[in-house]
Amino acid sequence: MHDDNIDSLLKTYPAGRQEYLIPALQEIQHRWGFISEEAVKKLAEYLRVPSSVIYGVATFYNQFRFVRQGKYHFQICYGTACYLFGTSTLLEELESMLGIKDGEISDDGLFSLEVAGCLGGCAQAPVVAVNGEFYTHVTLHQLRQIVENIRLEENLR
Amino acid sequence: MATFADLDSTQIYRRHVTVPSIKVGMGTCGTIAGANRTFEAIQQYLSERSISANCVRVGCLGLCSLEPLVEVHLPGRCRLLLKNVHHSEVFPILDDLFHQILPEEYAFAQYRDEALSPWNNVPFVEELPFFSLQNRVVLANCGKINPFDIEEYLSAGGYKAFQKAISVYTSAEVCDLIEESGLRGRSGGGFPTGRKWKSVLYSNAAQKYVICNAEESDPGAFMDRAIIEGDPHRVLEGISIAAYAVGATKAYIYIRTEYTIAIQTLEQAIRQAREKGLLGQNILNSGFSLDISIKKCPGAFVCGEETALIASIEGKRGMPETKPPYPSAQGLFKKPTVVNNVETFANVPAIIQNGPAWFAAIGTAQSKGTKIFAISGKTKYTGVVEVNMGTTLRKIIFDIIGGIKDNKRLRAIFLGGPIGHCLTESEMDIPIGFDELRQAGLSMGSGGMVVLDEDNCIVDTLRYFSHFMQHQSCGKCIPCREGTRRLSEIFDKLTRKPDPLYKSAPIERIKAIMQLEPLADVMRTTSLCGLGQSAATPVLSALQKFKSDFEEHLYERKCSANVCKQLRSYSISPKACTGCGVCVPKCPTEAIKGSLRSTYYIIEELCISCGKCVDACKFNAILIQ
Repeated sequence: MHDDNIDSLLKTYPAGRQEYLIPALQEIQHRWGFISEEAVKKLAEYLRVPSSVIYGVATFYNQFRFVRQGKYHFQICYGTACYLFGTSTLLEELESMLGIKDGEISDDGLFSLEVAGCLGGCAQAPVVAVNGEFYTHVTLHQLRQIVENIRLEENLR
Repeated sequence: MATFADLDSTQIYRRHVTVPSIKVGMGTCGTIAGANRTFEAIQQYLSERSISANCVRVGCLGLCSLEPLVEVHLPGRCRLLLKNVHHSEVFPILDDLFHQILPEEYAFAQYRDEALSPWNNVPFVEELPFFSLQNRVVLANCGKINPFDIEEYLSAGGYKAFQKAISVYTSAEVCDLIEESGLRGRSGGGFPTGRKWKSVLYSNAAQKYVICNAEESDPGAFMDRAIIEGDPHRVLEGISIAAYAVGATKAYIYIRTEYTIAIQTLEQAIRQAREKGLLGQNILNSGFSLDISIKKCPGAFVCGEETALIASIEGKRGMPETKPPYPSAQGLFKKPTVVNNVETFANVPAIIQNGPAWFAAIGTAQSKGTKIFAISGKTKYTGVVEVNMGTTLRKIIFDIIGGIKDNKRLRAIFLGGPIGHCLTESEMDIPIGFDELRQAGLSMGSGGMVVLDEDNCIVDTLRYFSHFMQHQSCGKCIPCREGTRRLSEIFDKLTRKPDPLYKSAPIERIKAIMQLEPLADVMRTTSLCGLGQSAATPVLSALQKFKSDFEEHLYERKCSANVCKQLRSYSISPKACTGCGVCVPKCPTEAIKGSLRSTYYIIEELCISCGKCVDACKFNAILIQ
């Protein structure tokens, strides 16, 4: 699918050096939103690291995803401050509204969900981000409205 | 080639401005609170009204809960701090201000300057305990200078310490100065920084490295982020001095990838330092060369541990190694490596500039200098504060940060997040310091402080921490991998009613809590790294201090804070129930009995408190206790 581009991306790193594995994976995810199987194969060849090792490294860290993001990517902050302000209830509601769990994408490709470590808005807890746009002091009511508004907008299209 | 003289920047801090100067706090906390829109609104206002003014973005002043925080400096008037400036309020606020009318609702404080005319009815910063009780040494520039402009750091006296170090002192002398000052690592361990540097300096190797640990993934700690976003050059200067002191030519900053703003700030800072000739080959004609690169951590709590961090930079899974060899002997790519955290490096320039005696005069006998804490949770303000070592927690929580929100009662403080101790109000008078806290059986942690009020449940918070630790355990050693899993299971059992269909469930809950202490002990003594060793720390300290909370969950199956949803008891109000029977098929354990058009009732022994009946009932007949 995006083989040519991956080749040009890889050329920016020296070949055969494992220390560039993580930066390369980060760049791939940054450009395409997830790590595809083809990307791992190409990377393995280029850095001369077995693809099993690449999967080992990629699955170890929280950042890497192997499923593409939905059109609306929900990040719900699960840091300590947000937890104290009731983010677990929000997460339950979000999971049931979207019908997906952490790291998944809905069948229509519209929604994906990510439980984030800490987004950094401890003073504005609880925090939810949709495609990078932050919602602060989120209540259940507000969360339902966010999802409803997106659904309405999509139905109008 | 740049020289020392080139760095003598013009004074940017003008006490007397000719055009208005506006500063907007745009660290991560400000951005999440909507500071970007506030900034755009201010620019729009200025262009629509054709007002010539300087509008710049600054880092966090430490008052995250008052963001977006805006500082307005009008010619002839004292600098005024405005809180919670929502973008929709920008036009009326600025209209008022430019007509010399004070928007009282938003005015928070002003900076005293005898030469300028003050605003009426606005407290001066030194009158507010938040500022007056702090000693902002490391955070001196945060929220005041533009972090994207090296000139502002230079005009605030920046890079003078680095120049002094490379022109006046030898490497060994710099190490001596740091050792004399008594600076100890700020990430929690408290190892003397000078001694660490010396062991690297005197190790025989052609290549040495310096690593700045900015992998701050304790959810609820944001000290390092505040420093980097507010004053990135201070960190770079500290790293440069360290590299000179140990003879390293390559340094890495290992930072959480989630810290996008901090990363942008650092990238810009490194670029500007290179342009100024403060990084690169033969810096300022001294013969010393250094390059600093940023490595983004793809997210793993364990990578805060130095050997795991090094593995991660090498492109491997971030798993800790046994020590010794310590990184100072065999670190990155098997070369001697200094690993310190952001706050430690940020302390270095002031020590070189003011001398070790100045630093050693601050703090307690064994813990010198200041410490930065990030305070979140149920306090009046949320934010970052810097206090002298030896300050009591009571002063920090009740004076500086304003006490507990909505006048509620303090329940506990978790000092150091998921691997720290939990403290009660009776321990608030212990002075902050590595040894002072250790003597009291506590530890300082890296500086994350989470405050719980009476609405929070200790057991539920521990359940959250144990799940976090289970998720973050790297899985290399068994005590940590299996131990964190068992901890999570135990807390899941405690915060849930026993399964009515599983006969031995009640006895297993009791057995589980009896196993807590021995399990925690095994984890503490036999785990490979600090993560596993301290994963059970909050549990052990809470078991001592909040025994009644555990007993209540265990024996009475109740949560008095009403947080543990699955321990709530449900009943049906006979008055409100219409006997429609809609709830009956929704109940997964068939706990609702009765017949159509008569009042239904819930059999408590069968109820698992899932709450599905509440959602199903249209008449609000289900009562929750």
